[in-house]
Amino acid sequence: MESPATQNVLIVGVGGQGVLLASDILGTVCLGRGYQVKKSEVHGMAKRGGVVYSHVRYGTQVLSPTIEPGTSDVLLAFEPAEALRWSKYVKPTGTVIVNTQKRIPPAACQDRRPDALTRYPRGIEQALRSQIEDVRRFDAETLAFELGDLRMCNTVLLGALSRVCEFSAEEWLAAIEKSVKPRTAELNRRAFLAGRSVEFPCAEEPQAEELVFEKREAARDEAPFIEIRQNWCKGCEICVRVCPQNCLVMNGSKLAEVAKAETCIRCMLCEWLCPDLAVSVH
Amino acid sequence: MATTTLTPAKELLSGNEAIARGALENGIRVATGYPGTPSTEILETLARYDAEHYVSWSPNEKVALDVGVGGALAGSRTLVTMKHVGLNVAADTLMSVAYTGVRAALVIVTADDPGVHSSQNEQDNRIYARFAEIPLLEPSDSQEAKDFVQQACEISERFDTPVLLRSTTRLSHTKGMVSLGPIAPPPVLGYERNLAKNVLVPSNARVRHEKVLERSARLREFAEESSLNRWERGSNAVGVITSGMAYQYVKEVLPEASILKLGLIHPLPLDLLRKFAASVQRLLVVEELEPVIEEQLKAAGIAVEGKEFFPRLGEFSPERVRQGFQKAGVLPSPPKNMEPEKGLAVQENLFRPPALCPGCPHSVPYLVLKKLNALVVGDIGCYTLAVYEPLAAIETTLAMGCSIGMAVGLQKGGDGARPIVATIGDSTFFHSGIPPLIDALYNNARITVLILDNQTTAMTGGQEHAGTGKNIRGEKVRTIEIAKLCKALGVEHVQGVDPYDVAAVFRTLKSAINHDGVSVVITNRPCVVSPVTIRTTPYAVNGKECDACQICMNLGCPAIVWTEEIHQGQHKVTIDARTCMGCAVCALLCPTEAIVALANDPARRAV
Repeated sequence: MESPATQNVLIVGVGGQGVLLASDILGTVCLGRGYQVKKSEVHGMAKRGGVVYSHVRYGTQVLSPTIEPGTSDVLLAFEPAEALRWSKYVKPTGTVIVNTQKRIPPAACQDRRPDALTRYPRGIEQALRSQIEDVRRFDAETLAFELGDLRMCNTVLLGALSRVCEFSAEEWLAAIEKSVKPRTAELNRRAFLAGRSVEFPCAEEPQAEELVFEKREAARDEAPFIEIRQNWCKGCEICVRVCPQNCLVMNGSKLAEVAKAETCIRCMLCEWLCPDLAVSVH
Repeated sequence: MATTTLTPAKELLSGNEAIARGALENGIRVATGYPGTPSTEILETLARYDAEHYVSWSPNEKVALDVGVGGALAGSRTLVTMKHVGLNVAADTLMSVAYTGVRAALVIVTADDPGVHSSQNEQDNRIYARFAEIPLLEPSDSQEAKDFVQQACEISERFDTPVLLRSTTRLSHTKGMVSLGPIAPPPVLGYERNLAKNVLVPSNARVRHEKVLERSARLREFAEESSLNRWERGSNAVGVITSGMAYQYVKEVLPEASILKLGLIHPLPLDLLRKFAASVQRLLVVEELEPVIEEQLKAAGIAVEGKEFFPRLGEFSPERVRQGFQKAGVLPSPPKNMEPEKGLAVQENLFRPPALCPGCPHSVPYLVLKKLNALVVGDIGCYTLAVYEPLAAIETTLAMGCSIGMAVGLQKGGDGARPIVATIGDSTFFHSGIPPLIDALYNNARITVLILDNQTTAMTGGQEHAGTGKNIRGEKVRTIEIAKLCKALGVEHVQGVDPYDVAAVFRTLKSAINHDGVSVVITNRPCVVSPVTIRTTPYAVNGKECDACQICMNLGCPAIVWTEEIHQGQHKVTIDARTCMGCAVCALLCPTEAIVALANDPARRAV
């Protein structure tokens, strides 16, 4: 039967942030202590700007490589929205360490209705605090940048993690040295110590705010009307190529024509760029 | 507490690394495959060892298995690796090498993807073992992954059969402790001429089929005694038959149960299973995906429950296995204080789908194809991500190499309203794009084939292929040139284009679409993340000039995001200097010239 002392650490972030290297280093630290370790993650398509996670479990005996929701001792989140996504994995008495710098996905910036909001949750802070006792927020990226390289962010975060794990700074530093390129060893050492010396709470606490996702604004009152004076159009195709919404097409007589006026966002480019003043957006 | 030093005999290895280690320790001399998540790292690991074995990427899984069969016939222990759908490609060879048998060991790794993390389906390849009548081994952690390579080699040689070693994404990509053994020098048995066995003309094939059935009977006897299957005695109230990763989850959530852990999934030890069934009051099968074990037990008349409690869809986890036991009444139902609605809302609203990288050379061609109103037939690779908004250019994705053949059918069976463009990557083109291009030419199709040549196998992490000029070990080799190949086949309209030059891409694709016949356009920029990360001076937006037209947002570049400043109802944009790689495409598109290069890279301070 599994030892009750099995520790669960979930490390999450966005592709390219260095989540997997960070979890490798934690794995090496555990191994150095003689613990059994399992470390589970997924590679491939998910890495392309998508969600990256690594479950790390260590103790005298580890069975499942993945952590059950509600049982993680620590969540180390490289990004605030990812902290929220994975927060259900953390024990109420557990710890969340979160980098406050956002990575807004391109998918969050696509609603072209007038005055639409960025689809990125607000009030993450309060949502985390309502679920988990110990929430430690800090701007790890700026700390890394001040040390000389943003890419040190993962090591800074490991420094903060080291404060809630049982291992000594020496054990961590030995594992870091073993895992990074010799050229960056000194910088990583400094990044780790900088993260380790952060005292919480440290970041400016944002105003308490209820968790909200996007809020829709009132729909536009009327669809724009795009007028193309066909007798002025000479078929240069500029308006068709430039339209970000693909509202316009070239017709059979090689003149511009409106195909989908309803998707027009009134950017006015067709009107402004038409060399023959043939287009007006009303 | 003092740091204990690492004993050299133990290492933290992923399932894939452990399989590679097992291959080395068991004298594998030939190893080949085609990259495919989650199998890729096996050969990559083998290639890093400086030993006398042959390691290679083949252009596709069938070729890899053919090479593997040859290697085994030559008397060398052989490993062939692929993802689950790769075995479909290699199935033609597989079904017949099951008849001929092998000489030295032939171990085929199929890495399945329950949960569809990075694939087009979640087929259960245990079924192939029954179909081909060959043994299948399924490890449940990294240590077993290594140990089972040895068992697979021994079974392969003792029973003269290819052996399937099945991994899953979770096993392949979970690191665990592995005890290392010595690396064995590969033995060579030598080739032996045996026409009756190795030439499957019908008269021989009929005889060989009989031998296959005889072999199966012997394997069944072997299964009854094999240490691959393990009876873990516990409470007799519930007995669980399980295998692979599911075994770990069962141990985690139901540690007191009696467990029959199967390592050899085909053929099943039916006598042992009967004994186990008789020893417990209630019998459950916990298996991921298809009811492969359950149905065989039922066919053998053993009363068993399984798929009514444990889902047939998706990947298992401790919580899903726990829910199964709760549903079965083996574990008490959970208290009803959970708030599933809230959790669901979080998941639905936090969407972060994978996206093409900042500066990806695939973005512009898709932007242009959308402008040209083309019916874009997609294929397997990073460019599949052009299906998501805002590019949303791809209309089909099926399996490796399908795009060109499907384009021919869409053109022949279609009404000609829209131009038909097949888009395919370089590695996928070598994998299975050439025969359908021959079909298009031979049958006089009117299609455009856009080959997105980024000079690597990008989606799986950047592997070399026949067109990169390097082999798996990074040594310089002959380069197969795609443009020359297309011209040699007889494509009259072959044009190269710089995918960062928006106007050139537009012109080139338009002229290709207007060509009456098969036209090929080949892009020429390398992947921005492999083999090296490309990064030049990042760009920035002059907020005063930005008029929120959203043209740059149409690229779907992850580095371009909205600001909270609204201009005429639309968000102005900003560029995240942390991730911008400086391709300048957005600056080319911007009608107000609001996007300019930064004087220096703010993400990296000079130290």
